[in-house]
Amino acid sequence: MQDIFEKVRAVIADKKGMEPAAILITDSFEDLNMDSLDSVELISELEDHFQVSIPNQELLQIKTVKEAVESLTKLVTKA
Amino acid sequence: MQGRRVVVTGMGIISALGNSVDEVWDNVLHGRSGIGPLKSLEHTLLPLKIASAAEVKNYTPAEHFEKKDLDMLDRFAQFCLYSAREAVKQSGIEFTPELGARTAVITGTSIGGENTHDKTLSDLYLEKKGRAHPFSIPMIMPNAGASQVSMAYGLTGPAYTVTTACASSNHALGNAFWLVRNGLCDVALTGGSETPITYGYLKAWEAIRVVAPDTCRPFSKNRQGMILGEGGAMMVIETLEHAKARGAKILAEITGFGMTSDASHITKPSQTGAEHAMINALKDAGLQPSDIDYINAHGTGTMVNDSMEIAAIKNVFGDHAQQLAVSSTKSLHGHVLGGTSALEAVITTLAVHHDILPPTANYQEFDPECDLDIVPNESRSKPINHALSNSFAFGGLNAVVVFSKYRDTE
Repeated sequence: MQDIFEKVRAVIADKKGMEPAAILITDSFEDLNMDSLDSVELISELEDHFQVSIPNQELLQIKTVKEAVESLTKLVTKA
Repeated sequence: MQGRRVVVTGMGIISALGNSVDEVWDNVLHGRSGIGPLKSLEHTLLPLKIASAAEVKNYTPAEHFEKKDLDMLDRFAQFCLYSAREAVKQSGIEFTPELGARTAVITGTSIGGENTHDKTLSDLYLEKKGRAHPFSIPMIMPNAGASQVSMAYGLTGPAYTVTTACASSNHALGNAFWLVRNGLCDVALTGGSETPITYGYLKAWEAIRVVAPDTCRPFSKNRQGMILGEGGAMMVIETLEHAKARGAKILAEITGFGMTSDASHITKPSQTGAEHAMINALKDAGLQPSDIDYINAHGTGTMVNDSMEIAAIKNVFGDHAQQLAVSSTKSLHGHVLGGTSALEAVITTLAVHHDILPPTANYQEFDPECDLDIVPNESRSKPINHALSNSFAFGGLNAVVVFSKYRDTE
């Protein structure tokens, strides 16, 4: 789970031009100034990286870093 | 706004609901959706999650066009010409060179010749062909539909194509309406078409995560997004004076057009932008909110659009929102993108003409955020004097057209 968090952090940091350390597990996408289109882009990149697929309806519910990490962890563990 | 009265005298349509006005209207009346399993890309073995679409059926291009003409016609331009022919036939209009010079052709499309574009790229990248087909450019260009229609009938007045994503055809129709109302032309052939079902383009829609896995359920709590469709529709519109002089049958009157830009977000719609587009259309028509009986909604079937649109309608119409009917016929013909408002214009005209509310098909579950009369699943009779047709596009570009029952008054 820590690895996944680090990857989520790294992708967000790259997209938003931030330091990874500034991104906390407790941050919402809104805190990070990410809108719904940004979150689709983020999750798509993470899906490619982890070779998993999050259904559209579930993706729409992901609004925080923690939810993204949990959703990916569930799928990566299953795979 | 004062000006010459503008009426609809002919319509043509090709869509998943049928390839004629009568067939489409019969399916609308019975709430039979044209959405089904995606068929036309079955030959490709490439991965695609989008499984449903609203595809045109029983259409063989060679039955409608000469071989030499087909070689120059992308599918979207075929649909434009096909529906223009039907519209001209229904209107009974005959174009002389003089009338042709006073006739506009204004079409809408979001992407133009996508089938040709997709094939061109696949020939170059996959098949390693050393050159593109020499007709690729005139087939891909989004104005090919308007140009082909103007050439077919010798229409030498203003001709152009508007491309504003999912509002393209409403912008086209509104522009054509204003040209005729304001005396720049006497007649216009207007509408639009879209043929977005290519592997490359559907993969792009798949990536943005707004397409439903099964079908389109506008305003239903369990809605999961839009379903893409293909099709085209064209109308003959003309001044009332011109229509009367030639004894044309009048189907409805176009009375208003309003547009706005959200100027906020590239994909997330703004409620204020939608509200002001409706308000501007009402003002242009010289109508009060309480005059409207029916709204053919943008109603894409996404969570965000549908609740935003209902909230916008409530703000614009106040208490009257509870009296009017709002339906999304995208549940029937799919989201035909730049051509969609042309299809919806035909259906709204028929609704006004026949006093029948088109249904929102595939409706299953009440959503408290969409608590207006959305005409669930079954059409029904209601006197319709005035109706709006809403379009709110990606890019935040909004266009609303007002259709009114034709009455022979000065």
